[in-house]
Amino acid sequence: MLVLREPMRVALALITTMTSLGALYGLLGVHVIAAFQVLIYVGAVMVFMVYVIMLLEVREAPGRTRYSRWVVPGVATGTLLAIGLGLGTLASRTAALPATAGGERFGLTAFATEFLNRYWLEFELTTVLLVSAIVAALAVISVSRRRTG
Amino acid sequence: MDRVQALLFLAGALFVIGLLGVVIRRNALVMLMCMELMLNGVNLSLVTFAQQRGDSAGAVMVFLAFVVATAEVALAIPIVLLLVRHARSLDVDRFSELKG
Repeated sequence: MLVLREPMRVALALITTMTSLGALYGLLGVHVIAAFQVLIYVGAVMVFMVYVIMLLEVREAPGRTRYSRWVVPGVATGTLLAIGLGLGTLASRTAALPATAGGERFGLTAFATEFLNRYWLEFELTTVLLVSAIVAALAVISVSRRRTG
Repeated sequence: MDRVQALLFLAGALFVIGLLGVVIRRNALVMLMCMELMLNGVNLSLVTFAQQRGDSAGAVMVFLAFVVATAEVALAIPIVLLLVRHARSLDVDRFSELKG
């Protein structure tokens, strides 16, 4: 994703990554999250992204560089962050994953019951977030209409 | 190195690659997709910790992160469309009107 020039290839790489992560969640036993990873991310978000890439289709001039002028500090910071995260992970003493990786704990029934019993307030707050996002998107569209006349 | 550490390494690698993409790339859409990659890395670490503790709070948190990611994309795409219509380019270095 860092070196590919075409946005469509980046999108395809990201779709592959997300599908693989969905498979990983499924192997970990969190089947609900695996299903929603594929449904929401690949099915909704990335389809939307691919649609916008095809809609825009702004050709970049071939001579232009694909990196900003923050390459050197960015790569340095990224390397430092990777080293720090890796050392922190290595130094941490983690308990091993349980052998039966949460089969009944993360089943659909248990997940849904816990979700709607203990976390119903957060669930309702996400609806507020979604409504405000829709209103903000409409505001952006009206700004663009006003600008173009 | 056990499985938890391997999964956390993968999550950290995804996060760092996404952060690098946001910092060094110039294409606005590619930067958006790299932000999605960062969210995916965080989600993987949340799922790993939820599995480790046997608690469903992490899974619920991942679910809420899905909603946040969807709202972010739904809001960011119109902004990108507006910028592209304004400047005829996806290059973020050309959107420098807010710079003093």
